[in-house]
Amino acid sequence: MADLQPDNPYAPERFADPAKKVEFPPEAKKKFDWILTRYPNKEAALLPVLHLAQEVWGWISPEAVHYVGELLDLSPATVFGVVSFYNMYNQKPVGKYHVQVCTNLSCMIGRAYDIYEGLCEKMNVQPGQTTPDGKFTIAEVECLGSCGTAPVVQINNDYHENMTVEKVDALLKTLT
Amino acid sequence: MDQIKVLTANIDKPNSTSIDVYLDGGGYKAVATALKMKPEEVTQLVKDSELRGRGGAGFPTGMKWSFVPKNAPRPTYLLCNADESEPGTFKDRVLIEKDPHLLIEGMIIAAYAIGSCPMSYIYIRGEFYYGATVLDKALEEARAKGYLGKNILGSGFDFDITVHRGAGAYICGEETGLIESVEGHRGQPRVKPPFPAVVGVFGGPTVVQNVETLACVPLIINNGAEWFKGFGSPKNTGPKLYCVSGSVKKPGVYEFPMGITLKELIYDHCGGITGDRKLKAVIPGGASAPMLLPDEIDLPLNFDAVMKAGSMLGSAGIIVLDESVCIVDAVWRLAKFFAHESCGQCTPCREGTNWLESVLDRIERGGGRPQDADLLLDMSDNIGGKSLCALGDAAIGPVISSVKKFRDEYLYHVEHKSCLPETKRYRRLDVALAAH
Repeated sequence: MADLQPDNPYAPERFADPAKKVEFPPEAKKKFDWILTRYPNKEAALLPVLHLAQEVWGWISPEAVHYVGELLDLSPATVFGVVSFYNMYNQKPVGKYHVQVCTNLSCMIGRAYDIYEGLCEKMNVQPGQTTPDGKFTIAEVECLGSCGTAPVVQINNDYHENMTVEKVDALLKTLT
Repeated sequence: MDQIKVLTANIDKPNSTSIDVYLDGGGYKAVATALKMKPEEVTQLVKDSELRGRGGAGFPTGMKWSFVPKNAPRPTYLLCNADESEPGTFKDRVLIEKDPHLLIEGMIIAAYAIGSCPMSYIYIRGEFYYGATVLDKALEEARAKGYLGKNILGSGFDFDITVHRGAGAYICGEETGLIESVEGHRGQPRVKPPFPAVVGVFGGPTVVQNVETLACVPLIINNGAEWFKGFGSPKNTGPKLYCVSGSVKKPGVYEFPMGITLKELIYDHCGGITGDRKLKAVIPGGASAPMLLPDEIDLPLNFDAVMKAGSMLGSAGIIVLDESVCIVDAVWRLAKFFAHESCGQCTPCREGTNWLESVLDRIERGGGRPQDADLLLDMSDNIGGKSLCALGDAAIGPVISSVKKFRDEYLYHVEHKSCLPETKRYRRLDVALAAH
């Protein structure tokens, strides 16, 4: 369960806006057709198609939930159930750089909380929030499976290992 | 005991992920050998090797394959579990990122032995984006060379593999959770029976194997069961990858014949404890394994010996804690992990793991009550064995063992409203960071 205390489930932004139609661009559509050939039924393609949607739009918007549901003959509720279960599907837009700090035991011993708390403080954001310029989202994540090179920080899809507060600072400065 | 390079034989070669390098090292020879054998003979060979599953439970692999019914009404599937999410475990990642063809070769042989349908999936955790791209590229190469696809090496056996990325849920490492996730559902484990060997993914018989297990298979085919049994002790055979992390000077993945002692591993190979501090406790098999004390570490790291010592080898994710680590804080972090990862299906686990986290946090923040240590044991008793899968049992492993072995430290927290003087805090309790 990704989120035990979700935001207001009845907030207007959680519902799809019928005026906004979304559609995969041709390149993504091609990939979508390929994904369908790899599974014996449409429903099984849901996880990879959601990954594809996130690659295209950066997050899974309510409109994307409806669109993916239509593509795979699933109800929006089924799709949203899956989206909200898995951690990696962003239910809100994230910054250009999604900075995810692992703080599980091995990383914690490697002082990952100094990195994480320091980042939140320096950027003046709450965990999971994005800086006002839309550049960074800071999040705490569970074990990333890189404990031998702890602490590890994942920025978008890339792992950065053996991190320290100084190294993270230097790294973030290089990101534009 | 000296380090060996058997499973990790290729990983130091330059360009180790390319099929040409793999073929130069004798790669895909095992596929050619296995496809000339009968499927039952392959299964028997794996049975004879006494290979046990490396994912955590240590179930005999050959036996698992022999459970698959013949002539089932629906296609049989092979799934590779690469959802490596157990805190402290990072061995499969090495194999995936450095030697993907070894895994692919193992999968082809396993699929042939169980009579798999022509499609199979590698369930890789979503965070391993790089690993997934490495696998995709390796699969392309294998298809181009005819090791995957229709009529492999003229044997009439059709087989292909798809990389299925997870999306950040620990529970999908549980085999029925993984099956649900491949089917496109929330990864909530199923009721067993029916076991996956009878009804698994898409309703067909299914064998789910860990990456390291499958990587052992080509070695067994090439070198024989007796060679494989030459590593380790009876019933605990083969080369094994150990992941060491936490307070050691040289953390990393180490390969040994199964059964190196924990003491030797930590002090002789990992360079001892960081800052030459004293050892406080060791978690021998990933976050869910009960802790061991310094006087218990003269222990061969194999499935049976660690089980006998009251813990488990699990995925061989060894986390070392030195004297400066506050046990309550460490256990709180693990409890937080399990509370976050509980799938929410069974009440004892969903509610219980959150309560464990809350009570441990309360003790750490100085609000503990004298009865809290017993309360933790009582709560654990109401979680263990009372839910569908093993996540609840995993969550109570570190809690019960720490309360039993470090009760004084818990009581010190309650009495003095602070940690032991020699331990340090890793998080700032004064900053109120919202739960995410």
